[in-house]
Amino acid sequence: MNEVKTFRLDGVDIEFSEGDTIMDAALRAGAYIPHLCHNPEFTPHGSCRVCIVEVNGGQVSACTQPAAAGLEVDNASDAIVEERRNLLQMLFVEGNHMCPGCEKSGACQLQAVAYYTGMLSPHYTHFFPQRSVDASHPDTAIDFNRCILCELCVRASRDVDHKNVFSLRGRGIDTQLTINSPSGKLGDSTFAATDKAAHVCPVGAILPKHRGYEQPIGNRLYDRQPISVVGDVAAYEPGNKGDGHD
Amino acid sequence: MTHDEIIKTIIASSGTSPDVQRQQLLQYLCQIQHDLSHIPGHAITQLADLMQMPEAEIHGVIDFYSFLHKDARGEYDILLSDSITDHMLGSRTLLQQLCNRLGVEPGVPRSDGRVTVDTTSCTGLCDQGPAMLVNGTAVSRLSDSRIEQICALIEAGTGVSQWPAEFFEIEDNILRRDLLLSDETTAASPDGSALRALIASSSDALLDVIEQSGLRGRGGAGFRTGMKWRFCKQAESDSHYVVCNADEGEPGTFKDRVLLNSYADSVFEGMTLCAGIIGAQRGYLYLRGEYRYLLEPLQAVLQQRRDSGLLGQGILGKNGFDFDIEIHLGAGAYICGEESSLIESLEGKRGIPRKRPPFPVTLGYLNKPTVVNNVETFMAAAKIAALGADWYCAAGTPESSGTKVLSISGDCERPGIYEYPFGVTIKQVLEDCGATNTQAVQIAGAAGTTLPVADADRCIAFEDVSTAGSIMVFNNERNLLDMVQNFAHFFVHESCGFCTPCRVGGSLLKDLVEKLVNGHATQYDVAEMKQIGALMQGTSFCGLGTTAANPVLDLLNRFPQLVEEQLAHSGYEPAFDLDASLQEARDITGRDDAGAHIGSHT
Repeated sequence: MNEVKTFRLDGVDIEFSEGDTIMDAALRAGAYIPHLCHNPEFTPHGSCRVCIVEVNGGQVSACTQPAAAGLEVDNASDAIVEERRNLLQMLFVEGNHMCPGCEKSGACQLQAVAYYTGMLSPHYTHFFPQRSVDASHPDTAIDFNRCILCELCVRASRDVDHKNVFSLRGRGIDTQLTINSPSGKLGDSTFAATDKAAHVCPVGAILPKHRGYEQPIGNRLYDRQPISVVGDVAAYEPGNKGDGHD
Repeated sequence: MTHDEIIKTIIASSGTSPDVQRQQLLQYLCQIQHDLSHIPGHAITQLADLMQMPEAEIHGVIDFYSFLHKDARGEYDILLSDSITDHMLGSRTLLQQLCNRLGVEPGVPRSDGRVTVDTTSCTGLCDQGPAMLVNGTAVSRLSDSRIEQICALIEAGTGVSQWPAEFFEIEDNILRRDLLLSDETTAASPDGSALRALIASSSDALLDVIEQSGLRGRGGAGFRTGMKWRFCKQAESDSHYVVCNADEGEPGTFKDRVLLNSYADSVFEGMTLCAGIIGAQRGYLYLRGEYRYLLEPLQAVLQQRRDSGLLGQGILGKNGFDFDIEIHLGAGAYICGEESSLIESLEGKRGIPRKRPPFPVTLGYLNKPTVVNNVETFMAAAKIAALGADWYCAAGTPESSGTKVLSISGDCERPGIYEYPFGVTIKQVLEDCGATNTQAVQIAGAAGTTLPVADADRCIAFEDVSTAGSIMVFNNERNLLDMVQNFAHFFVHESCGFCTPCRVGGSLLKDLVEKLVNGHATQYDVAEMKQIGALMQGTSFCGLGTTAANPVLDLLNRFPQLVEEQLAHSGYEPAFDLDASLQEARDITGRDDAGAHIGSHT
């Protein structure tokens, strides 16, 4: 009756249940597919494209593709890894990511996935966009330079906090994260540091204030072990510690 | 009426619950923009209160659509069509002339608030360009003298409704008719013959007829219409929807404009037929904002059909056959031609594509099963229901039955609308439209394919060269790089920004194309363009991103000699022009002497 259904990920059988995406099943099995905009607590999005895998000759994002019995999923071919590296390089040149001066360095998923895919330089021409920092909130700062438009804060604020503090505006390369408040500033919004939205940013765009370098460089999340072993940074946020990672 | 009164009237015009009103958000915004030439801040606050949604979200919607503005645009809001075919007809010079005569910068309202001049993506008048929109109404066949007249009318403050009628004459230009556009079959439809056929037999029987006809979607993807309708019919739900995609934004396409202008009855008939088959009670025609001038005539056709019992409750006297159609306007966003973006836009939101699966046939408009078809598909379906599958299959090829309506523009003597049976060779098409000395043909628009004239033996068909209808002809005098540059800009402007490869890759690609055009690109840059293009094709979220690099890749792969001539023969050229980077400093210091320049690119 309850026959176990599986697909193959890089030659390994992965079990899945009805309704699972490739990513769901892989996460449960402890198999790592690099990703940025995906967080298992939220509806899959599919925008960063970093979780691209090859399935039966075509490319799909693992976070949005339903698992199906017998699929041959290629997650590690040179071509796939190179594509991921190129997508990450695009994200690096689109914003202003100065790792050495960033409080999130060492615990940043963008940086960790970049290391994982062997990215050595941003490669493409930098956009150097003019973006601002919002320090108006007493407990949380936003550095828009580092935003990668994953919309996890948008989703968390909307779906969990029910506050709609964040949304996107603009179109195309002008798309930007925006704050829903009369002044457009975070301090003027209903945002609180205890919100879910404060604890889902995969990069250093949304950071707690009054805490700096508590973890010395060298002891940070991805300093000792790669992201493929450690998993998402959001899973280590307060109240979430170790969830989904044993 | 004051601004406030206008806004109140618009908001009061429909919807009761915030949920229903939210679906109308884009329509409210279009109306406010139309009446006030912008969307004032207090209107945004009122809308946010009324719909119980964050103001930031309304700002997000306004920002997403090119035709919506938060600052006043001027009494006369002029948008020159910026398609490559308009360029070829001299639109860039006319833009300059218009700006000079009126004393404005593109995109900046004149200080007295009288006028704004700007450009917009293809307005679908490529066979009678250069074209422009003034306050949403199209003006065709721009020329030096017409621009002079327009400037005089604007300076005199003459209302657009008082401008000479010939400015607004838009011709159908149908130059070849076949199954769909021939006079005999046209007469067969407006009387409701497809709906009579449906009532006389059954929805299952009619669905079989549509399937047997082999009709495939005319928007370009070519999905089998009968199969789409069957999937939707089979999807269990308390309501189903029919949506007609009239967001004809592909540069060089204008056949839907003509079909909606002269064959709207058949299009609505096809939508009603689909509704009868899948069990829908509500339909929407999503009309691109560039065709706003067709709104009132289309609404008149809908009213006529209601009056004739072809829409509304108990269609043709059949109990339970209830269906009506509402027209929704787009507001300048090419991405909304993608069916899931179109559905988001119909729901009043930013036109960001949805992930697939699920497909609209199971989860579409308001997450209900929805058929989205092209204008031409619905029209063909109506004809097939009335005249039979055999009638339709008699034309075309086994894989691509029936005919295709083509929009032909560019370097030919007779641009216009040509209907051909599928399988026609490009050579034949070029001969018929009077194209000589042809260098290349751009098929299926900016997202399509560039064919050198040596490939003119190939056929228009789903199994060979597929197109939603756009055919742009380039003769040997043209520089294809101009076309590629125009398209690269187009895709940067029209990318929705959702996924990384299209959002960032498209911009990188545009900059590299510019480098090539300016003579600074090297072999290294060519390799970069190929690599970025392949990444966009392989990893983008929707069809816009996967096709956006096509023109660049086609240029590099099929016209290598053009590229070679354009390359700088040095091993490496920096991505930025050092001298150009000093421009800001020169502006500040007011210097432009030799000492204020550097390098070899002056």
